[in-house]
Amino acid sequence: MGTRLRDMIRAVRACKTAAEERGVIAKECANLRNSFKENDQDYRHRNVAKLMFIHMLGYPTHFGQMECLKLIASGGFPEKRIGYLGLMLLLDERQEVLMLVTNSLKNDLNHGNQFIAGLALCALGNICSAEMARDLAPEVEKLLHNNNSYIRKKAALCSVRIVRKVPDLVEYFTNPAVGLLTDKHHGVLIAGVKLCTELCQGSEAALEQMRKQVQTLVRILKNLVVSGYAPEYDVGGITDPFLQIRILRLLRLVGRGDPDSSDVMSDILAQVATNTEGNKNAGNAILYECVLTIMAIEGIGGLRVLAINILGRFLANRDNNIRYVALNTLVKVVSVDTQAVQRHRTTIVECVKDSDVSIRRRALELVYALVNETNVKTLTKELLEYLKVSDPEFKADLTAKICSLVQKFAPNKQWYIDQMILVMAEPGNHVREEVLRTLIVVISNAPELHGYTVRSLFRTMQHWNGQESLAQVTVWCIGEYGEMLVNHLNELEGEEPLTVTESDAVDVIETVMKDVRSSSNTQAFALTALLKLSSRFPSNTQRIKDMIKPHKGSLILELQQRSIEFGAILNRHENIKATLVERMPVLDEATYNSKKADGAGMALPSDTKRATPVGGPDILANGGPKPETTNTLIDLLNLDADETPAHEPRKSAGDHLLSLLGADPLASQNASTNPDNVLMDILSLGSPAPTTGPSSSTSLFPPAAADPFGGSLLDVAAPAAPVDPFGASLAPATGTAPRKTSLLDELDVSSTVPQPPRKASLLDDLGPTIPNANNSLLDGLDSAPIVPATSAYPTIVALQSSGLKVLFDFIKPPGNPQSTTIKASYINLSSNPYTDFIFQAAVPKFLQLQLEPASGSVLPASGGGLITQSINLTNTMHGQKSLLMKLRIIYKINGQDKVEQGQVSNFPQGL
Amino acid sequence: MTIHFVLLISRQGKVRLTKWYSPYTQKERTKVIRELSGVILSRGPKLCNFVEWRGLKVIYKRYASLYFCMCIDADDNELETLEIIHHFVEILDRYFGNVCELDLIFNFHKAYYILDEVLIAGELQESSKKSVARVIAAQDTLIENAKEQAGSLSNMIAQATK
Repeated sequence: MGTRLRDMIRAVRACKTAAEERGVIAKECANLRNSFKENDQDYRHRNVAKLMFIHMLGYPTHFGQMECLKLIASGGFPEKRIGYLGLMLLLDERQEVLMLVTNSLKNDLNHGNQFIAGLALCALGNICSAEMARDLAPEVEKLLHNNNSYIRKKAALCSVRIVRKVPDLVEYFTNPAVGLLTDKHHGVLIAGVKLCTELCQGSEAALEQMRKQVQTLVRILKNLVVSGYAPEYDVGGITDPFLQIRILRLLRLVGRGDPDSSDVMSDILAQVATNTEGNKNAGNAILYECVLTIMAIEGIGGLRVLAINILGRFLANRDNNIRYVALNTLVKVVSVDTQAVQRHRTTIVECVKDSDVSIRRRALELVYALVNETNVKTLTKELLEYLKVSDPEFKADLTAKICSLVQKFAPNKQWYIDQMILVMAEPGNHVREEVLRTLIVVISNAPELHGYTVRSLFRTMQHWNGQESLAQVTVWCIGEYGEMLVNHLNELEGEEPLTVTESDAVDVIETVMKDVRSSSNTQAFALTALLKLSSRFPSNTQRIKDMIKPHKGSLILELQQRSIEFGAILNRHENIKATLVERMPVLDEATYNSKKADGAGMALPSDTKRATPVGGPDILANGGPKPETTNTLIDLLNLDADETPAHEPRKSAGDHLLSLLGADPLASQNASTNPDNVLMDILSLGSPAPTTGPSSSTSLFPPAAADPFGGSLLDVAAPAAPVDPFGASLAPATGTAPRKTSLLDELDVSSTVPQPPRKASLLDDLGPTIPNANNSLLDGLDSAPIVPATSAYPTIVALQSSGLKVLFDFIKPPGNPQSTTIKASYINLSSNPYTDFIFQAAVPKFLQLQLEPASGSVLPASGGGLITQSINLTNTMHGQKSLLMKLRIIYKINGQDKVEQGQVSNFPQGL
Repeated sequence: MTIHFVLLISRQGKVRLTKWYSPYTQKERTKVIRELSGVILSRGPKLCNFVEWRGLKVIYKRYASLYFCMCIDADDNELETLEIIHHFVEILDRYFGNVCELDLIFNFHKAYYILDEVLIAGELQESSKKSVARVIAAQDTLIENAKEQAGSLSNMIAQATK
């Protein structure tokens, strides 16, 4: 029997502890389950109501879903009412059970009782899935012509949902929707105007048709504005603000980009803007919508002035809501009329300091849009002052904005560096990595400021309080330009003199290294800086050795490796050290910037977590003695040519260094004759290439790949990627990284398993995204005699639809016939960009599948870029069964979800 | 413009009504509620009624001990959403006669019925409070009649949902 609903609610409310409540609910649920099992019809109604209450408390209620369906299927209105409510509350569109209700819905939609039809429409409108929407669209369309306004308005909103779920039904609904605009009933009008708006957003054709209705819309709006008091629709003296707002919004869509319609609506917009009372929220809501419409439609100067004046009034309003809305809208206006917004600058800057975080955010956004070359200094000063006192949780946003402003509008580099130091000196770690990277590129490119920068940083560092970014930049600069700190080089006019000894400089690094707040990234910076200083400050070499030593036992592989290898350089290779730790070559700013611009989308495939650009500065930031350019490499090689006699068995990590440098007699032979080949040897790239000196190369590749510490020169320079302070770097390129994803890895493989011609073009595509240094390496490779053989697997089109193309390239790693690496590339064929792009694959049991992260999640329109992804497949029945794969691709176009599926059975034989 | 969901949260953070117009899994729902009640309940009385949240905006308004929250798109009209909240509250107030939190606890299903007459698919369907009141009253009468007709048995059922 169970208790009444009311009693259950009382019992729950009487519970004093959460445990007690759980007890009551558990007992109640047990009763409900029993009752459901006995198929108790009399109390089903009440049970579902209880279940809803339990659901609202956050307990699982899936066991009662079928009961809702039974109630809906029963005949009476009371049962259906509670049944539909339960359906909407307990289920959502993704549950399969929902499909079972389609038939009941269809019956109820055509029910003679308006309320039963209303229930069905409501349920359909709130939770229908795409399949149901498609199935029931004809019924709903029919109801749009129903002579009952109660049904019509619900059917119109239901159509809104249907069109959202199934965008290709837009055309089907366009004519009936236009018909609704002549309705007399406000509810139907509201719903009808909404439906029209939805259709216009989805289709150009619908928009075209709607443009013919401008007169009708203007007339409805006019009637509302001039009509006297209408008690039924009155809100604070305004007639039906909801309908007015919806019409204004539809007018916005219709007028945008169409001077004729804009002209037709200008009078009524002016009327709304001047006659609407702004002393109540409803009035302001209309004014706000009206302003948005005026700013969006084709320009009529007088109206714009009117709109901007309204926003000015809003901004001066004492109500925070209104000010919020004003700030929000002014951001959109800035591009149209900067001057008008500039007038309110002081008020806006004040809003950045408001106590309300929502307002602060909007104001910051606006200030950001307002800054230009002329006011950047004053505004930055204001913002920096505010940064000192702002809430901790707001600082991240504010810091990011300041950094971006300073970067964009800095009148000169010195000012930029000064401001960045000020920002970094703020407590907390709010400066993002890419900002640091940019700063380092700028510093590197300003030779006349090197001395000034390192001294300023040193000075600021005296008050260091754990700021990660400050520590990293300072340590890097001291490593690179430490001697300028001591020698007063490049002193600028008016710069405060500073006397620093060599050991003071090392002190700074020591402070950073010993501080518990320093992350492993910073520690890695510090180690590299120490290595560099060892040659700049010979008097401190012993101290530096002592500082590097403790990390030999570090638990962090990255630090341990640096420590051991740097130690080896310091102890054993004194003669080459000076050259190894030369100052970084200046980074190419232009390349960096262009890469930064398109970096996010096309980052190296290996690195999806950090969609930040990979490039020159990474290398630079590591500060290690990396082969920046081919020249440097050649230097190294020349140098090592002098060193040839160093015959040591290649066992310890440090020795690999030499062997890679060509100390290996066989390799060095090669080195003297063909620098390009050696280059490849060092990168362990060209080893098995068929035409390079076969005697020399084979020995190098396996040890480099197998040694867990990857004791090669390049590893010293750019250690394993995951711990690398600036994300992806050369590390994966050395071929020791476990994931076979880096570009150079591809090259590595492509030289052993020759690829079809397409491969080459793929590399070309990717070319611009890799650091300039790598470019030159690749150039070297190009000239290397790698001859692709013909026995490759062809590229296949795995999936092609009207909007999307998926290509598979195959790579067969040597030695393991079972495994195959598929390089998937996704190309957008439509004219809209895809966002939230996700690729999923399923394979039969005899295959093992491993998806690497994709290179990005945004696919630019019309093949303007592609996402790549590696898929590793292991065929456990190699030779017996061929590959088979099912694909599902999910993405969003204009915010609409889209799913594509397919099966790939055209894999090349033998995989 | 779409309302993604409607939440009624008491000052103690108890959920009194939830309505989801965009798909959220059960887990996400719990998370959203927890996250938002944390943000909204802690906001001071003089601050604006809008909270930016995960690229959307949550418009809330406090009536006595209850917070009415609606989540909308970032480019929707915040002021109008406030007006919709008020519209809903006024209709509740007329129906229950000086509505209080207890009314909405014990008659939660009725609050849902009313909401379903105000919003469909996250869109406003009726701007006349009177007309909503009329259809709700008519449906209540329908229930009463069914109850009388069906005699004692369905009388008990109807009582359960009263």
